[in-house]
Amino acid sequence: MMTMEEQEVKAVRIFFTGVGGQGTLLATRMVGEAALEEGLPVSMSEIHGMAQRGGVVESSAVIGDAFSPTIADGEADILMAFEPLEALRALPKCHAGSLIVSSIVPVVPFTVAVGQSTYPELTLLHDSIKERVADLIWLDAVELARNAGSERASNTVLVGVLAGTGRLPISKQSWEAALKKTLPARLLKINGQAFEAGYVFGSEGR
Amino acid sequence: MHELMLAGSEKKKLLLGNEAIVRGALEGGVRFVAAYPGTPSSEIIDRFFQLAPEAGVYVEYSVNEKVSMETACAAALSGVRSLCAMKHVGLNVAADAFMTLAYVGVKAGMVIVVADDPFLHSSQNEQDNRFYAKMAGVPMLEPATPEEAKSMTIEALALSEKYQMPCMLRTTTRVNHCRGPVTFGDLSLPLGGHMGDEKAGARPPHPTSPVEGEEPVLTALPTDKGQGGFQTLGAFDKDPFNLVVIPMVGRKLRLALLEKVSRLQAEAEQSPLNFTVGKGKWGIVTSGVSYLYARDAVRELGLEGQIKVLKLGFSHPYPKAVIREFLSGLTRVLVVEELEPFIEEAVRLVAQESGLRVLIAGKGDELIPRAFELDAAKVKRAMSSFFGIAYDPPELFSIPQLPQRPPNLCPGCPHRATYYSVRKIFGDDAVYPSDIGCYTLGILPPLRMADFLICMGSSVSTSGGFSKVLDRPVVGFIGDSTFFHSGMTGLVNAVSHDHRFLLVVLDNGTTAMTGHQPHPGVELTPRGKVPPKVSLESVIRGCGVKRIATVNPLQVKKTQEVLQELRDQMTGPGVSVLIAKSPCPLFENRMLGKKQKVVFEIDASCDSCGKCVEELGCPAFVLEKPEVGQSGIRINAALCSGCSVCAQMCKSVKPKRLAESKGGSQ
Repeated sequence: MMTMEEQEVKAVRIFFTGVGGQGTLLATRMVGEAALEEGLPVSMSEIHGMAQRGGVVESSAVIGDAFSPTIADGEADILMAFEPLEALRALPKCHAGSLIVSSIVPVVPFTVAVGQSTYPELTLLHDSIKERVADLIWLDAVELARNAGSERASNTVLVGVLAGTGRLPISKQSWEAALKKTLPARLLKINGQAFEAGYVFGSEGR
Repeated sequence: MHELMLAGSEKKKLLLGNEAIVRGALEGGVRFVAAYPGTPSSEIIDRFFQLAPEAGVYVEYSVNEKVSMETACAAALSGVRSLCAMKHVGLNVAADAFMTLAYVGVKAGMVIVVADDPFLHSSQNEQDNRFYAKMAGVPMLEPATPEEAKSMTIEALALSEKYQMPCMLRTTTRVNHCRGPVTFGDLSLPLGGHMGDEKAGARPPHPTSPVEGEEPVLTALPTDKGQGGFQTLGAFDKDPFNLVVIPMVGRKLRLALLEKVSRLQAEAEQSPLNFTVGKGKWGIVTSGVSYLYARDAVRELGLEGQIKVLKLGFSHPYPKAVIREFLSGLTRVLVVEELEPFIEEAVRLVAQESGLRVLIAGKGDELIPRAFELDAAKVKRAMSSFFGIAYDPPELFSIPQLPQRPPNLCPGCPHRATYYSVRKIFGDDAVYPSDIGCYTLGILPPLRMADFLICMGSSVSTSGGFSKVLDRPVVGFIGDSTFFHSGMTGLVNAVSHDHRFLLVVLDNGTTAMTGHQPHPGVELTPRGKVPPKVSLESVIRGCGVKRIATVNPLQVKKTQEVLQELRDQMTGPGVSVLIAKSPCPLFENRMLGKKQKVVFEIDASCDSCGKCVEELGCPAFVLEKPEVGQSGIRINAALCSGCSVCAQMCKSVKPKRLAESKGGSQ
């Protein structure tokens, strides 16, 4: 294993966005632990407080040679969106060369549910994002998670997709160690399958 | 074993800044912790609460920040290392204790963690608490990362013990809620002891008086166990003419404090926490998380070799000589800090005193903004403008107007039911002062049940003030935890001055907003329901309130009847109180593993009047395009908590038994 002192790793900035209850913070930790396991410099930033009240939950992980744990507008290399509307909302974090991994399953905001506003058509969301960034992975993470054993593992599917793309210099073993570190033993089997499904999708299935 | 109690090792672990502070306190021998939760500091007291039994640390959720500081300072004065932690506005509450504690001081180390919240992620203002350290004359350390948060906690204890005064550890949200690699040092202390376990008559700690120039190093306080054990049983030496601040004592201590501040200044000059990196004819002075943004900006603008950076980790008293030396030979210096020009003023003062001709800038147009957080891009922009170098910012994507996703009261939240009923009885004309907690979310439409709020406890006192000058009904709302925190004094005041209002205490049995911490009136514990140590109703009666009623707000009709009675009685002066008592469903599910047996659905009799959606604003309701013969309103079964409030307002809402119970602990 390389150590932090031995290598120069260009910073990769990953921004996470989702809705309270989707497990975005846990997914952020998985990525952070995998980087640490790999011996890469890493820092993460979270905002707590509103997670259980239906609000937007945002976090970030910065891997490689950088100091700031947060990501300024236009500086996210990867956007991990757990909800398609939030993917578009977070687009200003990205640049033309960004990779966006987004789940396509909407979580309808309260303002839409009560008729104050309208949820955009999925194709509109897709096209608005697709035409601006270099790479978009647009997938039904909930279905992959359901097939793996639980819809609740959708966050792990998305982490698996990120791992599968090979964009991060992190080995499969380190990813697996990170899952073990962040999940209770009883959830490991299902999440392992969810990760694998995402991994395959990220590496070839698109 | 708790993760934060693992033995020392070279392998780094990812910790939140707040967890790193806890680890630092454990490595530094803290044995007494008191705090009132407040974002972004809450995980500090929460983690201590989890590990208290195995660490042998006394941990209490105090009723407010002032009480926590007073409690902890008594421990530190008795030779037991202590810590209290609070959000930035918590120090306003504790300021009375803080300012004079600086005079009286402590014997064992005491660290006061103060977590500022630039951008007001979860606060009512973004005050810069560094000025409190300056005003009180206490030393202040500012970490930038979790690793520094840990080591500076230990350093703060050492400084505190050396100078026999509390030390402030000032963080910001991005430090508290940053997760980064942290090295675990040795805990080096005997575990398993509890307060009072050690034999009475333990030798009192006797910190040696600080010697000038001596590095503050934490050594074990003597105990009768010897072997480098840390003190858990204190000892108190009577010394009223140094510990009781009557004016003659205060005058003496004031002079002693000024003398300490000047010795602390010398300490700061020597401190390795203040350091310079890089070289060049331009400079940046910075502290805390801003240092990280500045380092990224220097690198990304390709200015390594042209700019040197002075990081102040020990920022009060600031090291004059270090700053003077840094400025010497530089032509331009930019001060990069969030919020107020605290360091900037220090740097300007040093330059002026030393007659240095160097251009200094910080806050200003095109430079460092005074409001909200910084990031690397903002610092790059300011550097580009000030140093006159090219910076090509990335073109930012614009997005169309999107549906908002504001946080909302949860489905089944009893506060929603209370608000609904109060509005039914008191209407739009009443003035509704609110307070700080989940229930402040009642500000949003359709509830719109918050008209005024400035701070914890303000609902009670401002209701009283409004009632004296307005010819309108006044109904104040306060949560149970907030009532204990700072509502009681206002209530006594209101009763004694015949203020005329209804105070609704939203009693959900927990401190919900910050993560379900306990408070004195809590009944629900991991072991089930227990009688609370302090009865909310008895306290309210004890404050002199005569008209008091308790309802379960989920029983809508009954609640509205009681509210009507209270309203009818409010023709004359006097305070009425309604306790709206119903547990936070999130907390109840977690604590009791309660399974939900029923959800509600809308049947074909619905005439789509829309009142349920317009008046309740429950997130489980969905408006859809109506199909033929069907209502356009639906209840999302996955979100419905089964509280039944909507069914009590409309006959078209019907219960449906769940074949499989949902909810409970997972």
